[in-house]
Order: sequence, then C-alpha cells, then structure tokens
Amino acid sequence: MAVDPDPRGALIALNRFGLGAKPGDLAAAAADPRGFLLEELRRTGVARLDAASLALSNVALQALFADQQEKRMERERVMAVETTRVSMVGPAAAMAAPAAPPPGVDGKPKPQEPPVEQKLFRAEAMARFDKQASAQAGFVERLVAFWSNHFAVSVAKGQFVRVAAGPFEREAIRPHALGRFADMLAAVESHPAMLFYLDNQRSIGPGSAAGRFAGKGLNENLAREILELHTLGVGGGYSQADVTALARIITGWSFAEAESEAGEPGGFVFKANWHEPGAPTLLGKSYPQTGRDQGAAALADIARHPATATHLATKLARHFIADAPPKPIVEALAKTFRETDGDLAAVAETLIESDLAWSAPFSKIRTPDEFLVAAARATGALPNDPGQYLNMLNAMGMPLWQPPGPNGYPDRLDALASPEAMKLRLDVAWQIAQRSKDIGHPLSVLDTAAGLAASRETREAVSRAESRPQALAILLMSPEFQRR
Amino acid sequence: MMSHASAALSRRRLLALGGVSLALAHFPRPASAAAARDPRLIVVVLRGALDGLSAVAPIGDPDYVALRGALALSPIGDKPALPLDGFFALHPAMPVFARLYKEGRASVVHAVATSYRDRSHFDGQDVLESGYAGPGHTESGWLNRAVFALQAAEPARRRGLGVGAAPPLVMRGPAPTLGWAPQVLPPAGEDLAQRVLDLYTHSDPVLGAALRAGLDADRIAAAGGLTGDMAKARGGMDQPNGMRQAAMGAARLLATPDGPRVAALAFDGWDTHANENGLLATRLAGLDGALEEFEKGLGEAWKDTAVVAITEFGRTARINGTGGTDHGAASVAFLAGGAVKGARIIADWPGLKTSQLYQGRDLAPTHDLRAVLKGLLADQFGLPAQALAEKAFPDSAAVAQMSGLIAG
Repeated sequence: MAVDPDPRGALIALNRFGLGAKPGDLAAAAADPRGFLLEELRRTGVARLDAASLALSNVALQALFADQQEKRMERERVMAVETTRVSMVGPAAAMAAPAAPPPGVDGKPKPQEPPVEQKLFRAEAMARFDKQASAQAGFVERLVAFWSNHFAVSVAKGQFVRVAAGPFEREAIRPHALGRFADMLAAVESHPAMLFYLDNQRSIGPGSAAGRFAGKGLNENLAREILELHTLGVGGGYSQADVTALARIITGWSFAEAESEAGEPGGFVFKANWHEPGAPTLLGKSYPQTGRDQGAAALADIARHPATATHLATKLARHFIADAPPKPIVEALAKTFRETDGDLAAVAETLIESDLAWSAPFSKIRTPDEFLVAAARATGALPNDPGQYLNMLNAMGMPLWQPPGPNGYPDRLDALASPEAMKLRLDVAWQIAQRSKDIGHPLSVLDTAAGLAASRETREAVSRAESRPQALAILLMSPEFQRR
Repeated sequence: MMSHASAALSRRRLLALGGVSLALAHFPRPASAAAARDPRLIVVVLRGALDGLSAVAPIGDPDYVALRGALALSPIGDKPALPLDGFFALHPAMPVFARLYKEGRASVVHAVATSYRDRSHFDGQDVLESGYAGPGHTESGWLNRAVFALQAAEPARRRGLGVGAAPPLVMRGPAPTLGWAPQVLPPAGEDLAQRVLDLYTHSDPVLGAALRAGLDADRIAAAGGLTGDMAKARGGMDQPNGMRQAAMGAARLLATPDGPRVAALAFDGWDTHANENGLLATRLAGLDGALEEFEKGLGEAWKDTAVVAITEFGRTARINGTGGTDHGAASVAFLAGGAVKGARIIADWPGLKTSQLYQGRDLAPTHDLRAVLKGLLADQFGLPAQALAEKAFPDSAAVAQMSGLIAG
C-alpha cells in the first residue's frame, strides 16, 4: 500500500463529514479525501432506505388504528360484562357461576406481544442503524440526520408519531436529501407525521364551512415553525401577520383518520371544507385561492427565499464545521443554494469544496448518535437487537426521534459536551467496551479509527490500559474519536 | 453492543451479562467426595495485575521493608497488617479474609504466576483466562472447557437462559452458561475516569474540564444521601459496592438447588502504577466484601464452595517514583470458602534480594498457577488428569496438579 499521503484529511473526511472509519476506510480515503466523499454523494439512490421489513407510513398508521380499535372494543366488552355483574344482586347473583369468564373474552392471558407501535419503531431504528453503520463514508447519512433534525418530529407526541417518525424520515427526508429543498419542504409539511406533530390536523379555517359550523379556528403551530425553524429562520423578515396568513393558507392540510372516506387512512388528505377561503398576503405576495395548491405555491416560494438560503447555510456550516462557522463557508453555501434552486447535492458539494472546511480545527464533538455508530463501525460490533442502541441513546439524552422540541437536538459544543453529558458518555463508552468481544488488539482498533492521526498520548493511554475493555473505553473517549 | 459473533454464541445458548457469568449444569458427583457434597467453584479474575507483595506481605523477609518503602505493611501502627502466620501478614483492608483464614476456610498461594512472562495486560489476561500456555487464544476459557469436559463425561441435562453481553473469557466457550448482571449496568469506574481525564489534560482541556465537572457532580450526588439500591448501582466493578453487588447476585444463583455450580466474575482496577496505598485498599476492601457476600449468600452451600481470586501477573518488587508499582511477574492467589483447606500460606518463598528477584525486579514465580487451578478442579469436581492437561489447560501435562487444596 502506498504511503498514507494525508492522514488528517482522511480523518476529517470520515469524522467531520462521515460517521467514522471502518477497517480500511482511512487508507481508502487518504489518497483523495474529498473524492472519497464525492464518490459516495454521487452514488444513485444512496440516501434511500427501503426494506421489506419496513412499512409505508399509511400502512404503519393503519396497523396502529386497527390496534387501537381492537383495544377500544375489548374495553367496551369488559365494561359491558362488569355492568351485567353489578346489576345482578340477590338470588340471581348467588346462582350465577362465580368466576365464569366473561363472554367473548377467554380467561387465558394473551402472549406478551410487543405493542404494534413499538415493533414498528424498533424495526425502523434497526434499519437506520444498519444503514449508518455500513455506509461507505457516512457523509450522506450525516446529511440525512441533519435534515431529519432540521425537520424534527418527536415520538413523545404519542403513538401516532412513534409509528410515523421512521417512515417520515424515509419518505419525506431521504428522497430529497440530495434533491431539491423545495421538494423536501413540500414532502415534509404534507406528511402525516409533521401535520400531527405540529397540530395542523386541528387547524380549521374560521371562515371555512367547518369553522363557521363548529365555531373553531386556526392553530398556528405548524405555520409558525415553518417560517421560524424550517425556512426563513428567526429574524428572517416575517411578521405575526405572515404566520397567520400561512396558517390560513395551509388549513385543511390533514391526514385521513381510521374510518375516513376522504382518503386512504393514514395518508395525506386535503379537507376542503376546513380550508380558509380567501387570498391572504404572505411576505408581501397575495396567494389566490386554489384550495390545496394555495399552500403548495406558498411553500414553493418560501423555499426559494434568500433568508431561507442563509438560514440553512448557517445551520449546515454550524453542524459540520464549527459552532461559529467561518463566514466564507456560509456565504458559499447560501450562494450555491440560491444559484441552483436549492439543489442539496450541490450544496453538499460546496460544503466539502472549501479549503476552510478541511483546515478548521476539530472544535465540535460527535452527537450521541454519531458516537454509537462510529463505535460500531470501528469495532465491527453491531447490535442484533435495537434495544441496546436505543437505551444508550436514551442514556445520553438523545433518544431517537425524540428531541426536546421542534427545534431539534442541540448542535453546539456546550450542550453536547456538558459535564453531565461527558460523564454519561464515559459510562456508555464503558458499556460498549465491556460488551465488545474479540476486538483483537485495542491498538488495531485505534489504527482503524484514527490511523496515523492518533496522538502519541492516546496511543500510550490505550496501550497502557489495564484490560482490553478499559483500553477500548479510553479509545472511544479519546479526542481522536470524540472530536470532529 | 453485541459483536458479530453473538449469533453463534446465542446458538450455543451462551448467555451472560456484565461481569458475571455462571455455568449452569448438573454435574456428575465427584467420585472422591461424599455423595452428599454439592461443590461450587467461583473464579474471580482481578484485572490489572494485583500487587501480591502488598496484599499478602512477607513482613518476615529481611529485605521487605527496604524494598517497599512507603508501601510496606507493618504489624504495628494505626492500620496494622493482619497477621496470618509468623512470616506473612494480610493487608488491613481484608478483615473477612483474615477471619476465614483463622477459621481454616481460607488460604493463600504466594509467588505464583501463569506461564506468561511478558508484561502486557491484554496478553497476560488472555493466558490467565484461556488456560493456554501462551497468548493468542481468545475463543474459550479454561473454566468453560472444564465444565464442558465434565458434561461430556456424563451427559447432563442442560439448562440455561438469558441474554447478555460479554462474560469473562475464562467462562466463554462450548459449555452453555447463564448470564446475570445488576439491573443497572455498572458505570465506568474511577480508574477509567482518571485515565481519560489524564489523557484530556494533555490533549483536550475543554473536554477534560467538562468531564471533571460531571464526575464531581456525580460524586456529590452519591455522597448526598443517595442510598440503597440507587447508590449500589453507581458502583463500578472497581468499587467495593459494585464488587459486593456482583458477588451477592452470583451467590444467590449459586445457592439455588438446581442453579449453576460454577461462576466467574471480573473485578477491575488493580493496575496500581500510582498512589497504590489508597487504591489498593479500596480494591482489596471490595474483594473482601465480595467474599463476605459469597459466604452470606451461599448459606448452606458455602461449606462446599471454593472461591479463587487470580490475576494476570504481579508487580515490581520495588516501588516506583509515583507511590505505585509497575508490571511484574509473580503475585498471589486467594482461596476461600468452606471447602478450602485453610489457614495455610502455600509458598516456596524465593526471597527478595535483587539476585532472587525475577530479572532483578519482580517477585520470582515459584508456583505455576495452573497447578493450583488444576488442583481445585480435580478436588472439587473430580476432573481427571487427562482432561485437565488436554482440555482445561492444553499442553500442561508437565504441570502437576497441586493436591490438598480442598478439605477432604
């Protein structure tokens, strides 16, 4: 093998932009670190995740609806039986068989099947982890995670989002992560997971047929977050009037319930009789009344707004480069975004084109998710059950698809490397290390993960450890492994 | 996180969690013992190389005090060493072992080592646990193969359930094993935390400051009245409460009439390069506490139990410049339990003069640890010499088993 020409470049490709090195990755990236990333970026369908084990969101939601329906009926049956028993008093009660099983309910306890929402969630988690762990560089998976966090939904909202969060990422984020931002925005804001998470299925145009009949009104939640978080950003030049206008424009954007005749249950529907009539003015432009398309037209414009370009460029550069990203990088990203009509693959290429992106110091650390994936890639130790992975994410305060709010997980060093976070990270590193069997010599894992970029101090600390698990834990906590 | 090997492991129903794993099997009754006997064997692996000269100090050796300086134990003073015989005294952190010794239920093998003479923890532990004469064998351990050989001699009804992470190598292998761990997995120990802090001091002060603050907060919370199970769960396997908790759980399972009969645990933190006085006292107190938990938890079964605590190698005879010791050669093995023929120090004492030290620096090995372990397996379970020399400890026919370790 040729002499490693650029150990730091390879480490940056795999750590700053990717998900860490698998055996041989550093050597593969060293000759042309940038080309290593571009090669992955340009592979057809690289961002997609489709597997026979995974259900489309409408299918998954129908399974949830059916399960909820069954539970409801069972509760009703039990209540009916209780009522019968209570009404039997006196001789009739004495004659009744004491412990007769209620009709329709056999006395046997049901076998412990995990709830449907948990089964679906775990399958999604496993598929995602496998995809991250096996990705070539992991740059595309990092981009997917970035956009998924940008358009955060939280399973804490309830079973609906727990079931829909995985499909949401696969249906609304992945197909567009290397496509057009406007398409991603349209897919996200019409997805049942987002509509439910930010309450748009409750938002009724006050002047619509339903609004006039029921006396109910707008819920601005989704409209506000579209402007504040998803597109223009705080200070992006919008007013409360714009929020209300957008909320009116997207009234009726909803999903079909279990018994709906308006559309396929669990899928998007436009409820015309909830939609606010009129042609509101949003950001200085009046949108004619075209029903569902009114919202689509508004989103298409917001997606291309210059403030959106700047907002997204700043966030991307902050995620990949530094908490206070270099201005030239932000400007270059925003320029590409504007000039390519929001082509996210072109934006991603711009991100790795700049020399600054390769010379900036490792000022950030991996997110908990990136940390676990990188550990699996370096050691080859993949979970065969998503439980451990999910538990460790919970322990480190980044439960999967459960950020604290619609602004997603924090992305700055002071949150990721807080005292408590570092202490928990150490505990998790130790757990991983204890569970990893047959890793061979710990120094060979260090060679895999950091190669020639490993510092003398880290090499010594690893080789002086009192046991293999301790050596691996030190390696996992080393700056070379944590920093990116 | 599971390794790629886990599928194969679960096929063999090899199951374990955390630091404890137990072989679950019905054993044939040993021919050499009374029919009513139902022997147990517990192996405690002390990872990091225990300093045998501080654990069981040769206070009668004329060169001892000069060699050990500030680490030398003394039979007088505010923390006097606990007398064993006229020559050796026990570290004051081990009163339970001292009592068991007096009662005739504990003994020590001194100046003992495996066949490994280099100084890598990784390779040393592989040799200690695999039972092979040299490093490079990590697929199975001697204890597991011994269990497997017993079952092959008299096919036993096998049971065992559980899912888990890595058992110590000594217990891994073809025989089915059961796993158990404290419900909350032990957090990282203090030794690991200190090593990571040291690394950060040199290379990443920002992460170092954050981690230090996090550990401090944790310590304050622990000191601030978190008691009972909560506090227990906070003890790593290098802390007394972590070791006790592991021992308690293992003892409970071993005491079950149809439960496992063999257990392996690993305790961490014995690599005392600096500040050995304080560190070793903590670790030995943990080991001592674990012995107490074994005794309590095994109840009736304690009388048929042997516990052996072993380590990969010893430490330098001289202290180093940081109040600690570096990697060496021979150390001690602790034996305890109702089945042990106790109140004995088994040693062929090599002496501590420079010319008597191994390579002029370490306590010289005069007993082969494999002889001790073979003796235990033979006396407890009646494992025949051939199985011991071929299956448990391959190519060890020349190493004769030590007899009389178990009270007959």
